Amino acid sequence: MWKGRFSFGRTGAIMQKEFTQLRRERSTFAMIVLLPIIQLLLFGYAVDMNPKYLPTYILSRDQSVFSRSFVAGLKNSLYFDIRGDVHSDEEGEELLRKGQAQFIVTIPEYFERDLVGGKRPSVLVQVDGTDPVASSGPAAAMNGILESVLRHDLKGPLENLSTVKPAVELIQHRMYNPEGLTRFNIVPGLLGIVLTMTGVMMVALALTRERERGTMENLLAMPARPLEVMIGKIVPYILIGYIQSTIVVTAAWFLFSVPVLGSLWLLGGVLGIFITCNMAMGYALATISRTQMQAMQGTVLIALPSLMLSGFIFPFSGMPVWAQTIGRIIPMTYFNRIVRGVMLKGNGIEEIWPETWPLLIFLLVATIIAIKCYRKTID
Amino acid sequence: MRANNGESGGAVKEEVPLAIDVHNLTKRFGKNTVVNRINLVVPQGKVYGFLGPNGSGKTTTIRMICGLLTPDEGEGTCLGYDLRKESENIRKNVGYMTQRFSFWEDLTIRENLNFAGKIFGIKESRKRIQYALQKLGLERRADQLAGSLSGGWKQRLALAACTLHEPKLLLLDEPTAGVDPKARREFWDEIHQLASQRITVLVSTHYMDEAERCHAIVYIANGNILSQGTVDDVISQSGLSTWVVGGKDLVSLKEELIKNPAVMTAAVFGESLHVSGVVAEELEAAIEPYKDRKDLSWSREETSLEDAFIYYNTLIKDYKKG
Repeated sequence: MWKGRFSFGRTGAIMQKEFTQLRRERSTFAMIVLLPIIQLLLFGYAVDMNPKYLPTYILSRDQSVFSRSFVAGLKNSLYFDIRGDVHSDEEGEELLRKGQAQFIVTIPEYFERDLVGGKRPSVLVQVDGTDPVASSGPAAAMNGILESVLRHDLKGPLENLSTVKPAVELIQHRMYNPEGLTRFNIVPGLLGIVLTMTGVMMVALALTRERERGTMENLLAMPARPLEVMIGKIVPYILIGYIQSTIVVTAAWFLFSVPVLGSLWLLGGVLGIFITCNMAMGYALATISRTQMQAMQGTVLIALPSLMLSGFIFPFSGMPVWAQTIGRIIPMTYFNRIVRGVMLKGNGIEEIWPETWPLLIFLLVATIIAIKCYRKTID
Repeated sequence: MRANNGESGGAVKEEVPLAIDVHNLTKRFGKNTVVNRINLVVPQGKVYGFLGPNGSGKTTTIRMICGLLTPDEGEGTCLGYDLRKESENIRKNVGYMTQRFSFWEDLTIRENLNFAGKIFGIKESRKRIQYALQKLGLERRADQLAGSLSGGWKQRLALAACTLHEPKLLLLDEPTAGVDPKARREFWDEIHQLASQRITVLVSTHYMDEAERCHAIVYIANGNILSQGTVDDVISQSGLSTWVVGGKDLVSLKEELIKNPAVMTAAVFGESLHVSGVVAEELEAAIEPYKDRKDLSWSREETSLEDAFIYYNTLIKDYKKG
């Protein structure tokens, strides 16, 4: 190295060769180009740590000017999307449990009368605490909103009501995750990420390895049907998926005291659907990638949106419409909600069904695609 | 030139069942026609050699016959099963040995055999695997990883694995590539042993000595069958006559001779030079000026299979140019 002189010619030739190879290796090229773009887009536009338009329902026991202007104030802040009224505590709690509401604002009876009488009535705000990032910002903003509404409305003789102490007490009730622990949210999400990353990758690698080593041809020439090959390849990895899930859930229980309030059987069933979804994706991925390397890169391309757009890292409601639309075709999005529901809220099958059927449809479609693609590779 | 008048034609008359009977088989990859309207008839219990240069369409043809690839055109039967509709039955009764070792190197020998046994649904597979291991002489090494075997042993394992289900037709794609002569000979003994049990064999190869061990050979180039029949048929179909020259500086003699259009092929074999041409008189006229040279000794000899093949190869090149 020290003896010979550095040759620009040789170096240039190597560089040229690398570029030529890179140009032909389309997937690497796509990775190099697409990955930074996707990340830029996701972080730049999709992710809003200060989410707006969070689904909110009002339980109003006092139809008065003050209560109406408070609701109007919430609406005007853009943080809250007032979806409608509920008429009982149970109704509100059910909406929270199903994840249809992030906030339930309860305005007590005689709110106006107590307010004017200086009795400092309290407004109850129930917050779905499973996703602390989504709820903490707007929850904090609520105090300010209330204050400015009162300042505006309490005029004349009532003006002094708001000066000493706040005229209305705002009681926030964090449901499901009273301490607002982020890890309560992270752990169920992590489960999804681990399963997606490893599940898709392992199956994709297992299949492309066959092709790379030439054993695929042998397998194809044998009298095994495509579906048999698919199931035979997938089942061992489903088992691995369950082992991974057990590890994550158990560790979460012991290390962070993350509870499993719902049925373990239900959790197991949902896990089965989700794991199989990932397997089918991995299988479809393998049929379009020629080498193990390409399969690995493809896995990253699948895992990245699952990470970013599923509501795992960033609140789903904080994303713009287009990002939510993409998020809706990602199985992780539904899995995330289901697991939060079952583990942290103790949801039953009825409550998780709205998130479960999209998973089942995804599973069906992915399986059909995988088998169709696999049939094609034979030719 | 596409001759079915060799052995296969006679066999049809005797009503020997056909293991392979395909017509106008065509396969295209994009714009490339890899296999072009091939007709192939192989009677049961025969060993057919499949010859041709690299990339001539041998592997693609074999894959179409065993149902791995769907032909773009053409039809036919394999073991009496329709090529397009009954590929599953074909797979069950065909043993296909790929060009590259395609059993699992990260499985042991026994695991590989077990896998094949299970996929083909072999009854009493344990017994048969034990027998196969015994015959292979691999009993003691049965739990060794297949990847640790040498090339020759891998070929024997592959043959054992793809004959485990007692196929009626064996498709062997260059089974002896890179295998030493002794192992090759044993391999071929095995093939003839199988043929004696009424198993049909279609084997592709580049080796002339292997071609000569076949009942009949099929020569394919650029996706077209140029010649088929017995070794003698194929040689005589070429119409070549050959002179062999001994002497010094044969290489420069070859360079001179090849310029003459009457000389179709010229190749140095050690101490001698083979010169072949299609029209015997023209060839003789071409070598006439050199015949009196005292440092050269000329003799007319039988055209070898290799001469014929090289001639077929040059034909297809000229055809391409034209």
